[in-house]
Amino acid sequence: MTATAFWTLLKRDLLLALRRRADVLTTFFFFVIVVSLFPLGVGPESDLLRSIAPGVIWVAALLASMLGLNRLFASDFADGTLEQMLLTPAPLGVLVLAKVLAHWLVAELPLVMVAPLLGLQLDISTEVVKVMWVTLLLGTPTLSLLGAIGAALTLGVRGGGPLLSLLVLPLCVPVLIFGAGAASAVAAGQDVQAHLSLLTGFLLCALVLAPVGAAAALRIALD
Amino acid sequence: MNWGSAQAFFDMGGYGLYVWGSYGMTALGILLEFYLVRRRRRMAEAQSHRRQLLDEDNT
Amino acid sequence: MERVEVQRSGGIWRYAAPAAFYPLAGKLAPWFFALAIVLTVVGLYIGFFVAPTDFQQGESYRIIFIHVPAAWMSMFLYLIMAFWCGVGLVFNTRLSFMMASALAPTGALMTFIALWTGSFWGRPTWGTWWEWDARMTSELILLFLYIGFMSLHAAIDEVRRADRAAALLALVGVINVPIIYYSVKWWNTLHQGASVSVTAGSKMAPLMLQGMLIMSLAAWMYCIAVALMRVRAIIVEREAGAAWLNEAVA
Repeated sequence: MTATAFWTLLKRDLLLALRRRADVLTTFFFFVIVVSLFPLGVGPESDLLRSIAPGVIWVAALLASMLGLNRLFASDFADGTLEQMLLTPAPLGVLVLAKVLAHWLVAELPLVMVAPLLGLQLDISTEVVKVMWVTLLLGTPTLSLLGAIGAALTLGVRGGGPLLSLLVLPLCVPVLIFGAGAASAVAAGQDVQAHLSLLTGFLLCALVLAPVGAAAALRIALD
Repeated sequence: MNWGSAQAFFDMGGYGLYVWGSYGMTALGILLEFYLVRRRRRMAEAQSHRRQLLDEDNT
Repeated sequence: MERVEVQRSGGIWRYAAPAAFYPLAGKLAPWFFALAIVLTVVGLYIGFFVAPTDFQQGESYRIIFIHVPAAWMSMFLYLIMAFWCGVGLVFNTRLSFMMASALAPTGALMTFIALWTGSFWGRPTWGTWWEWDARMTSELILLFLYIGFMSLHAAIDEVRRADRAAALLALVGVINVPIIYYSVKWWNTLHQGASVSVTAGSKMAPLMLQGMLIMSLAAWMYCIAVALMRVRAIIVEREAGAAWLNEAVA
């Protein structure tokens, strides 16, 4: 029963997202533009760009995820669907997980897939690009999960987007440190096992705990 | 006593700016906080008083 | 979350009601202020007139008498704030949430002072106004956590929802603080090798330690005093119009 609810909600959200492609594409282009701004800001010298590139791409991914998370619960909140979700027998955490997964597939997976191209644009070596790609793959779901808590807390609140970012970005710092750090480690010829293990650990913890937190936050918002 | 003169005290062995800059900001912060809390309390009491008067008018 | 209604009437539980806590806080606050002042005078006397000059850092080390107490308070206050948030969410007691809101601004101030004094200490000691070492960076993130708490609370109009949302945020924050701290510590050692923070490596003369501990106690007293004052203001704000308040405030 819970599994059905999960898949139904996932499919529904994916369908809705595909119908509102514009939202998703703006996040995508935001990511690309932000990465392109850094060379314009710091100068085109390739050694400098190569050294800051993984960090830049990671921060841009972080900011782009924060942007999109506002919408996670907003439309369901507006049309009353969210209240219905609170009333279903399926655990709210599972429903949250379905929504977050749909959001990640549509809004963040494209970022992860285009990141290697941006990496090449900033002249990172293929070694580093590979590691960066893996860290983004492991890290962005964690960012979405943490962001879901923020989205639930700021549901319908004034100052929405920036407020959400203010609340969630500090929590994302460990993911950023190990995600971007892994790429730097590879560039310096060091081993990245520890980074990847930690990122996986963060993801697993987030998968279990974040839906609980977000569900609690939703109940607080809707009571 | 550590200091030969008042001048030496203010000078802090050449680190006067840093030491007094720190203590000064701290004092400023504390005084500001104190003032703001008092002000908050005063405004809340005034608000409460106005509410009370309004309630009395309505009964 | 399940709401547990706790019904207790006698003894110390009486003070869980804002109406009873208000006068108690009013009586206690001046005492804590007095203690804070006395301890500060003693602490600074020791700090400036008894403790010797530091062998390595000269007179600039005297900033620790503020920096370390402020840093400790910034962390303790966050923990206590999160504690009251947890109590409020479980027992649904209004006063717990009010206490958490009362602690936040003071915690933020302590964090700011820790950062400011840390910066002013770092400049003559290490040459830069800012050092991205583990403690300073974690302290900065802690400031963001405090600001986030206060911003979320301020952004939600309905007080009950604001209290509970901010409370949840504080709990999520407190779980993350150790993770953030260790991540930043690791990040720092990776990028800067054996970078030493301003507080490490200096052997503290007993008198310096004494001064610092007394100042830490002074900071505790001050923070308790201000929190009691502020919670009184919050009680008045929220209970405006209640009969007991009209008598107490008239």
